[in-house]
Amino acid sequence: MVSGPSDIATAAPDPLALKILVAGGFGVGKTTLVGSVSEIRSLQTEERLTEAGRPVDDTTGVAAKRTTTVAMDFGRITISDALVLYLFGTPGQERFWFLWDELAQGAIGAVVLADTRRLADSFAAIDFFESRGLPFAVGVNCFEGADRYPPEAVRAALDLDPDIPVVLCDARVRSSAREALVAVVEHALRRSAAARSAMT
Amino acid sequence: MTQGWFDEDAGPVVRPYAMTRGRTRVAGGERLDLIALVTALIGGGQELPPDATLPGGQGLAPEHGEILYRCRRVSESVAELATGLDLPVGVVRVLISDLLEAGLVRVSHPIPAAQLPDENILREVIDGLRAL
Repeated sequence: MVSGPSDIATAAPDPLALKILVAGGFGVGKTTLVGSVSEIRSLQTEERLTEAGRPVDDTTGVAAKRTTTVAMDFGRITISDALVLYLFGTPGQERFWFLWDELAQGAIGAVVLADTRRLADSFAAIDFFESRGLPFAVGVNCFEGADRYPPEAVRAALDLDPDIPVVLCDARVRSSAREALVAVVEHALRRSAAARSAMT
Repeated sequence: MTQGWFDEDAGPVVRPYAMTRGRTRVAGGERLDLIALVTALIGGGQELPPDATLPGGQGLAPEHGEILYRCRRVSESVAELATGLDLPVGVVRVLISDLLEAGLVRVSHPIPAAQLPDENILREVIDGLRAL
């Protein structure tokens, strides 16, 4: 059987893949946010680590532990035939932070999700992206039963630079999760434009 | 009392790296990025070439076939393939590079980390997200 040209995946040029990270403390809604915008069922990908002596993998008390399994949330948004956006929920536990380095490489930026009842949980992620110069926006996930604070109060509490977007969102709602992602990309765009005008 | 493990609780029957014949790294090649996109170089309706072999002379494992099947119409990233096949990323990287060496897939790498995506692309992403 001869297949028609439309049948052949190789007929179109390869799409470009981009990624945005979704970070924040444990239970802040990373999995929910990825799931509410992803077109694939939010699956979890695993990285199995076998390299011995990872400095951050504290295996004290775990005799002869050789491998660790990390689950990351992962989603896909097909923007067009030529553009695919991937979302990665970063693993929360501190001992998996070396994975963040790989995930952050080449990323457009990150959404740091924060819960106003435990803002301190998002400090680590904010520090990480600030130190690497990766554009990020803070998404304040509005949990039912948690007090609402205006974005400016959250900005002050987190000691954020004035240009960092702070958006209130509900990670369960697609349009709301989408706006948090848009905020990151717009921020990345402004930063890129500013860097370009500084050069000329 | 220990109950022992039965069925799925006992874990997979084949240990993951047995599928790669113990290889944990890709010979010579660079590490494939999690969002490197894999496209099968076979037609959408087409079956696997029955006599396809890997450069070492080995036949394809079922997992190689599954990768080709998944990437025949739409390109899939390394991370998607790992979740789809329910295999560790390290195993999938080795399997993909086998297919690459055999000329059965094409892999497109993402923009190098040092190079930010172009502003027009960022605008396209914003428009695309808004249209969701």
